[in-house]
Amino acid sequence: MTAGSFDVTIIAIMAPFAAAAVAPFATRLLGANAAWLLALIPAAIFAHFAGYIPLISQGETATISREWVPSYGVNFSFYIDGLSMLFAMLISGIGTLIILYAGGYLKGHPQQGRFFSFLFLFMGAMLGVVTGNNLLTLFIFWELTSVTSFLLIGFDHLRTASRRAATQALVVTGSGGLALLAGFLLIMGVTGEMEMSELLSQPDVIKNSGYYLPIFLLILGGAFTKSAQFPFHFWLPNAMEAPTPVSAFLHSATMVKAGVYLLMRMHPLLGDTVLWTTILPLFGGATLIVGTLLAVRQTDLKLMLAYTTVASLGLLVMLVGTSWEKALEGAVLYLVAHSLFKGALFMVAGTVDHEAGTRDVTKLGGLRGAMPITFAAACLASLSMAGLPPFIGFIAKEILYEGTLGAGGLALAVTATAVVGNALMLVIAAAVALKPFIGAKVETPKHAHEGPVLLFAGPVVLSLTGLAAALFAHSTGEAFIGPMLSSLTGQAANVDLHLIPAHFGMPLLLSVVTVALGIFLYLNLDRLRATMASLLETIGWGPDKGFDQFISALVTFSAKITGMVQTGKMHTYMLVIFAIVAGAVLIPTFTMNGLPNWPEVPDYRFYEWGILGIAILGLIAVLVAKTRLTAIVSLGIQGFSVAVIFMFFGAPDLSFTQFMVETLSVVILALVMTRLKLSPRDHRTKPAKVVSGVISLGAGAGIALTLMAITQRPFNTSLADFFTAYSRTIAHGRNIVNVIIVDFRGFDTLGEIAVVVLTGLCVLALIRVRTTPSAFEIERSEDKEGAKG
Amino acid sequence: MNTLIFRTIAPYVSALMVLFSIFVLLRGHNEPGGGFIGGLIAASALAIYGIACGVASVRRAIVFHPMSLAAFGLLIAALAGVPSVLFRQSYMTSQWLSLKLFDVTVDLSTPMVFDIGVYFVVVGAIASIALALEERESD
Repeated sequence: MTAGSFDVTIIAIMAPFAAAAVAPFATRLLGANAAWLLALIPAAIFAHFAGYIPLISQGETATISREWVPSYGVNFSFYIDGLSMLFAMLISGIGTLIILYAGGYLKGHPQQGRFFSFLFLFMGAMLGVVTGNNLLTLFIFWELTSVTSFLLIGFDHLRTASRRAATQALVVTGSGGLALLAGFLLIMGVTGEMEMSELLSQPDVIKNSGYYLPIFLLILGGAFTKSAQFPFHFWLPNAMEAPTPVSAFLHSATMVKAGVYLLMRMHPLLGDTVLWTTILPLFGGATLIVGTLLAVRQTDLKLMLAYTTVASLGLLVMLVGTSWEKALEGAVLYLVAHSLFKGALFMVAGTVDHEAGTRDVTKLGGLRGAMPITFAAACLASLSMAGLPPFIGFIAKEILYEGTLGAGGLALAVTATAVVGNALMLVIAAAVALKPFIGAKVETPKHAHEGPVLLFAGPVVLSLTGLAAALFAHSTGEAFIGPMLSSLTGQAANVDLHLIPAHFGMPLLLSVVTVALGIFLYLNLDRLRATMASLLETIGWGPDKGFDQFISALVTFSAKITGMVQTGKMHTYMLVIFAIVAGAVLIPTFTMNGLPNWPEVPDYRFYEWGILGIAILGLIAVLVAKTRLTAIVSLGIQGFSVAVIFMFFGAPDLSFTQFMVETLSVVILALVMTRLKLSPRDHRTKPAKVVSGVISLGAGAGIALTLMAITQRPFNTSLADFFTAYSRTIAHGRNIVNVIIVDFRGFDTLGEIAVVVLTGLCVLALIRVRTTPSAFEIERSEDKEGAKG
Repeated sequence: MNTLIFRTIAPYVSALMVLFSIFVLLRGHNEPGGGFIGGLIAASALAIYGIACGVASVRRAIVFHPMSLAAFGLLIAALAGVPSVLFRQSYMTSQWLSLKLFDVTVDLSTPMVFDIGVYFVVVGAIASIALALEERESD
C-alpha cells in the first residue's frame, strides 16, 4: 500500500468526529431525513476498511504513524490487521444501520441532532480503540468510549433512572480504565515499547518479565468492567435506559466488545498461561450462566436481550480463556454472529416498542399481521442466535463446541457450561422472536403497524447478512475469520468453514442436545421465570445494590473526612498553615545543619537604623493594639517601613509595589472588618494566644534563619548576569524587573494574571453569596420555624 | 470619613492618580514602573473615589464591570503572544515596531501590549473586590 492510502485511513478514523460537528446542523435543515445523508459517512468508512481485505487476507498488516509527543515517544499510530479490520468493519457497518435506525426512532425528537452527534463521537472513539497501535492512543480512545457512552446512556437526562445508569456505567468502566492505564504503563516500563505492533513481534517478553501477574490483573480489570463480566455485569442491563439505537450499537455490537477486543489483542502477549486459562474461563463461565438465568427472569424485551448480551460476552471470554486454537476460532465466529443477530434483535425490540407502545412480552402478542417485515427479520436473527442452520450462529456453535471439547482438562466443565448457556440463549431467542408476534392479538397501548423503512432497514440487512455469511461460509472464513484468528494466535491460521458439517461427530450431537434442552425449557418458560424470581427474592442482594451501598458509604466516608479537615474556622486554618510553614523551615534548618553563622553587625547609616526602629515600633503597636482595626493600621506602619528599606537598598520597583500593596491591603482589610461585622476586639483566651504566639514566632524565626543562611552562601549570578547583559540588547528595556515580568518570563506572568482574575471572581462570589440568604439557609430557617410551631 | 473636604478633593485626586498610573505603566520598560504597579495605583484611585462619592458613581465612571476589565486584560495579554506565532517564532517572542512621528521615535512592542493587559487585570480584579466590599458598607 502506498503512503497515500494510509492518510486516508487516518481521515477515516477521524471522520466520525467531523460528522459529530456537522450532524446538528444537518438535522436542523433536513429533520429525520438527515439520517440518509449522515449514514453515508460510516458507509464510506466501511468501504475504506473493506478495501483492506485483499491485503489482510494475504497475511499482511499495516501500521500508520504520526508523531504526537515526540519527546516522550508517544505516537498517534494505528495498526490494521485481521482483528482490527473486522472490528472496524463491524463498527462502521452496524454504525451505518444504527444512524438510519436512529433517524426513524427519534424522528421529531427536539434533540435528535445532538443524539446523532453523540453516536458519531462514540463511533469515532470505538474505531480508535480497535485500530489504536500506540498504547496511549488506544487508552485515550478507550476513555473516550466511556465518556461518550455516559452521554448516550444519560441522553434522556431528565429522568433519574437514566442519570443513575449513566453515572453507574461511567464509574464502573472509568475505574476499569484507570486499571488499564496502570497496566499499559507497566507494560511500557517493562518492555520500553509503546507500539502494539512492536510488542506483538516479541510475544514472550511480558510473560517472562516477573511483572506478568500485575499486568495481567490490571488489563483484566479494564477488560472485565468494559465487557460487563460477573461481578461487574450490573451496569449493562441498567444502561438499557438509553434510547434503543444506543442499546443496539453500544451494548450489543461494539462498546461492550471493547473488553473482548482487548483480551483478543493481548492474547499473544498474555494468553496461554496457567493464570489465563484458569481465571478467564472461570469468570466467563460464571457470567454466561448468570446472564442467561437473569435473562429468563425478565419480561422486558430489551432487558432479556441485555442479559443475553452479558451471557454472550461471558461465553466469548470463556472461549478466549481456553487459549485453544479451535475455541478461539469459535470465539471469533461467535463474535461476528453475535454482533449481527444481537444488533438486529435490539432494533426489532425498539421497533415493537416504538410501534406498539410497550416492550413487555406479557403484554404483546399477535403482531405478525401488523408488522410482517419486522417479524421476518426477528425470525431470521433469532434462528442465528439459537444456533440453527443455515445461519452463521449455527457454524459458530459447531466450531465452538469442537473447541470446548478440546480444551484440555477443563473440556467437560466448559462444554457443559456452553451447552446450558446456549440452550437458555435459544429460549430467549424464541421468546423475543415469537412471543410478541404469534398467538392471539393482544390490545397494545398504541395501534401497532409496520414501521417506516428507516426502522426496518437495519434488522433486515443485519439478519440477511447473518444468512449470507453462512451460505458463503468458505469466503467468510478466508476473508475475515482466518486473518482475525491469526491475530489472536500470532501465527498464520488456516480456516476452512462449511455450512454443512463435514462429519457427524460430537459437536453436532451437542447441538441436538442444546436444541432439545432449549425447546423443553421454552415450553416451561413461565414456570422457569417464576422459579428464578422467587430465587432472586430469597437472595435479595446483588452487585447492583452493592454498587449503591458502596457509593453511599463512599459519600458518608468523605463527608466525615471533610468535616474533620474543613472545620470552617478561619482561625484553625491559619494555625495549621503557619504551623506547617514553621515546621517546614525549622526542621530542616536544625536537622540538616542549615543554621547560619552569627551575622556581623552591619554598618548602617543613622536613618537606616531609624527606619528599622519604626518597623519594630509598628510591630509592637500591633501587639498592644486594643482593637483589630488599630492592629491592621499598625501592621501598615511595618509594611511602609519595609518599602522605605527597599528604596534605600536600590529596589525602586519593589518599593513602589510594596507601598501600593500596603495601602490597598490596609484599605481592603478595614473594609472587610467593618463589612463582615467582626467583633472589634480579639476574644481569644490566654492559652490560645500563647499557642498562636509560639507558632508565629516559630514561622518568623524559621524564615529569618533560612534567609540568613541563604544569603551567607555564595550567590550564583548566572541568571542575574544574563538578565543584566541581555535586558537592553534583546528586550530593549533598561528596567530589568519589568523586562523579566513582561518579556523573559512573560509566560509565567500570563499564568499569574490568570490566577489574579480567578481569585477576583472567587472573592466577588464569596462577597455576593452573603448578600442574599442561600436556598439552604432559607430551608433551614423554615425548618426551625416549623419546629417551633 | 465622608467629610466635605475629602468629597471635594477625591475626584481630582483620583483623576490624577489614574493619569499617573498610565504614566507609570508606559514608562515601565525603562524606568521604575510597569503594568502591575500602574494597576495597583489605578485600583487605589477607584477605591478612593468609591469611598468619597459612592460606588454607584465609580461604576458609572468606568462604564464596564471591573471584572470585565480584568477579563479583557487577560485576553489582550494572551493575544500579545500571538503575533510571533505568525512569524513562525515561538509563542510570546517579543515583536518591535519603531515609528517616526515628527522626528520622535516611538517604540511599539508586544511586551507593551502584554503589560497593558497586566494593568487591566490588576485594576479590574482589585477594584471589583474593593467596590463589592464598599457597596456592602453603604447598604
